[in-house]
Amino acid sequence: MIAALANPHRFMAFSRWAAPGLGVVAAGLIGWGLALGAVAPPDYQQGETVRIMFIHVPAAWVAMLAYGCLGGASFFSLVFRHTLADAAAKAAAPLGAAFTLLALVTGSLWGRPMWGTWWVWDARLTSVLVLFLLFVGYMALRASIEDEAKAGRAGAILALIGLINLPIIKFSVEWWNTLHQGESIFRAGGPTLAAVYLIPLAIVGAGYSAAFGALWMTRIRAEVWRRRAVSLAMRAAFQ
Amino acid sequence: MNLLVQFAGEYGAFIWPAYGVSALAFAWMIADTLLRARRWRREAERLEKAAA
Repeated sequence: MIAALANPHRFMAFSRWAAPGLGVVAAGLIGWGLALGAVAPPDYQQGETVRIMFIHVPAAWVAMLAYGCLGGASFFSLVFRHTLADAAAKAAAPLGAAFTLLALVTGSLWGRPMWGTWWVWDARLTSVLVLFLLFVGYMALRASIEDEAKAGRAGAILALIGLINLPIIKFSVEWWNTLHQGESIFRAGGPTLAAVYLIPLAIVGAGYSAAFGALWMTRIRAEVWRRRAVSLAMRAAFQ
Repeated sequence: MNLLVQFAGEYGAFIWPAYGVSALAFAWMIADTLLRARRWRREAERLEKAAA
């Protein structure tokens, strides 16, 4: 599938329908999940603030997914010099930054009533802030280098180094004592979350992932068109 | 009104901003992505026509 879509023409033909289709699926899943979450009973300890979980946790999942996509695309771009992979890496960064910022802001709004503070420098929060800085740093680095090929290579190296942060985020609540709660969903013994919360959370999580997929594909399409436009403009200038 | 109060309870000052910020972020991501795609598609098509 990935090999087939590595061809820009095939990707453009596929994404023309896949991106809006995925967008519709995302809207349906997010609406459905949030509606289920809205009628879920308040948590016995956290009260109604548990509803922030339905938007905070999926944003954090997709932030990590976006960085995984950025890292994967950067690998293919750096090793195989694939232009579509470079476009995919460039397209993932602003979306990843937005989802990471969303996770940080909604987490802060959840933390204030539950922990009594907007922010603490614990391992989970700090490693997610580092993730945000990696996205911003990647975009700033690319923007600072005029030669697009060099910018792509420098960005790819930074993105690959930054991949080390993903397991740190995942295991930060196990490796260090954190104010942030421990893993309650993707854990060896199965989720500890009640089904009444887990089901809406999983649905919204799938919806956020689909939304990222739709937006990512559309941004890759925009980047392909931009490169085509730049190439045509340069050709016209030299004629 | 009753449903809105049931949704957020005494924590409305935290829950509503969290949902509001999420809605704004999605609105920005969708608008920026679609506008960017439209702009560059039109620009590429214009240059292709000019080159033909």
